[in-house]
Amino acid sequence: MLRFLGKRLLQVIPILILVSIFIFLFVHMIPGDPARLVAGEDATIEDVELVRKELGLDKPITEQYVTYMKNLFRGDFGTSLKTNRSVSYEIGERFMPTFWLTVWSMLWAVAAGLLIGVISATKRNKWQDYLGMFGAVSGLSLPSFWLGLMLIQLFAVTLGWLPSGGMDSWKSYILPAFTLGTGVAAVVARFTRSSLMDVLKEDYIRTGRSKGLNERRITWGHGLRNAMIPVVTMTGLQFGFLLGGSVVIESVFSWPGLGKLLIDSVAYRDYPVIQGEMLIFALEFILINLVVDLLYGILNPQIRYE
Amino acid sequence: MEEKVLQVRNLQTHFTSDSGTVKAVDGVSFEVGKGETLGIVGESGSGKSVTSLSIMRLLKDTPGKIAGGEILYEGTDLTTLSEREMRKIRGNDIAMIFQEPMTSLNPVYKIGRQLEESIILHMKASKKAARERSVQMLKAVGISRPEKIVHEFPHQLSGGMRQRVMIAMAMACNPKVLIADEPTTALDVTIQAQILELMKSLTTTTDTAILLITHDLGVVAEMCDRVVVMYGGRAVEESDVVSIFTNPKHPYTQGLLESIPKIGERVDRLQSIPGNVPIPSHMPMGCKFAPRCPHAMDICWEKEPSFDKVTTNHSVRCWLHEEVPQDESDLVGSSER
Repeated sequence: MLRFLGKRLLQVIPILILVSIFIFLFVHMIPGDPARLVAGEDATIEDVELVRKELGLDKPITEQYVTYMKNLFRGDFGTSLKTNRSVSYEIGERFMPTFWLTVWSMLWAVAAGLLIGVISATKRNKWQDYLGMFGAVSGLSLPSFWLGLMLIQLFAVTLGWLPSGGMDSWKSYILPAFTLGTGVAAVVARFTRSSLMDVLKEDYIRTGRSKGLNERRITWGHGLRNAMIPVVTMTGLQFGFLLGGSVVIESVFSWPGLGKLLIDSVAYRDYPVIQGEMLIFALEFILINLVVDLLYGILNPQIRYE
Repeated sequence: MEEKVLQVRNLQTHFTSDSGTVKAVDGVSFEVGKGETLGIVGESGSGKSVTSLSIMRLLKDTPGKIAGGEILYEGTDLTTLSEREMRKIRGNDIAMIFQEPMTSLNPVYKIGRQLEESIILHMKASKKAARERSVQMLKAVGISRPEKIVHEFPHQLSGGMRQRVMIAMAMACNPKVLIADEPTTALDVTIQAQILELMKSLTTTTDTAILLITHDLGVVAEMCDRVVVMYGGRAVEESDVVSIFTNPKHPYTQGLLESIPKIGERVDRLQSIPGNVPIPSHMPMGCKFAPRCPHAMDICWEKEPSFDKVTTNHSVRCWLHEEVPQDESDLVGSSER
């Protein structure tokens, strides 16, 4: 088990290096001249060239990359071109808002998705199933920015119950977390339904019934535990996606998170921040995958870690 | 032996699909006495498994429904019980073991927990008492180191071990009836005999009746007191086990017996019954077996024979035996083969 963990963590390093190369190349392909942006609209060509030299942008791209990596290993992600503050500071400040928004979104989404999925699977082809799946398909097909705007219109503008944006109190979380979780809840519901329906056909379910267990015990005790195995992977991936910060939702609700930071940085060609964020996303994904693999072992005793 | 724990009377189990109703079990009747072992024999598709699932009322996952008849357990008609009342019977009064030991245990729970579940449920035992009972049951089914096995997962056990666990689970609450649906079909031949022996010894001590569903006449000879032969959803012959083997009346039973290869007899081709089991949606008008029967007469195609006694302990559904009484060895016997 410990060896497995150690091995998996060691694998992170080459993956991150590979990812960093790709990110570096992609960011440099974004059209626009960061030197010009930093120097300002009215700067002369000489000034711009001076800034370019200062930032090291005149050097060949391979050399720029090596310098970047050297700094990275010292824990230095570079400096934001826009604010002149360190990238780690910028990201650190935006991480927690996104993290908590993700946690609350996932919590309600997984709870609701599981409940709807289980009801749909056990009431197959009855009205509960049709209602649940109608809800799930709607949740998947509604564009989140539209849902967000509609919710703001109803609850913030018309009723005035909840704030339309920002992050001031717990009330600020309700609308963005609901909007962000809707799609996840829908996916979890559909996954749970199909997975549980498959499991409920298994022989051991019939064994459970032949022992005289009631349907609740069969479904929640014997069925769901087995049905959760594929659902957990999917949920882990969703968690990873949301943790990257939702660009759309954070823009709609002016949420001070990573998604908002990313879109601002791209607009400004603030490439050290873009690179830093991308690397963090990659790292998050790898770690979440590791957690999912460990959860597998808890859910399915047939898996042994070598 | 006289006391009947289970009486099935004119059971009708129908499957409804878009293309119509199929009578998977069509008017089957039999009785099982206390401590008695009754075999239900037939090919796949004869309705024998559906009969057993009907008794347990476990047709929920299938499109099947009990459409008529009675299933009396100690005088109570199971077909009229509510689901809640039926749950008190399942696993407690009537227990069941299945064909597939490899998939019949839940892979994510330890053996002990799966055993304790029904003990806690039906015997209202504490967790500790249930654990003791589980260990005791595992010991009774011949599992060594039962204290360790309760902490293991199903995938750590072999098929034979898992079937032993299934038997321990089924017998844990001292059921009056044990339904075993092809309990040894999926197992190695050497293990088969051990499992059968185990079932026999366990049920003898507790006086549990066994309803043994099988297609294997060897198993029947080994285990059963009486036999019902099923074909096309109907009982075609019923008798004590000795008569079935020495004096089979129905051509289908005779065919089944001839299909068993005999040791020490070299033949070029193994015997089999020509043709296939009829598709339930295309049942023949008259006798269901007529299309495959070597003795089929005109009447067999037109009208189905009734299930009549040829002797007090022997009933058969065949036109060859409609005119009773006759000399027993007269019509069907070794002379006709």
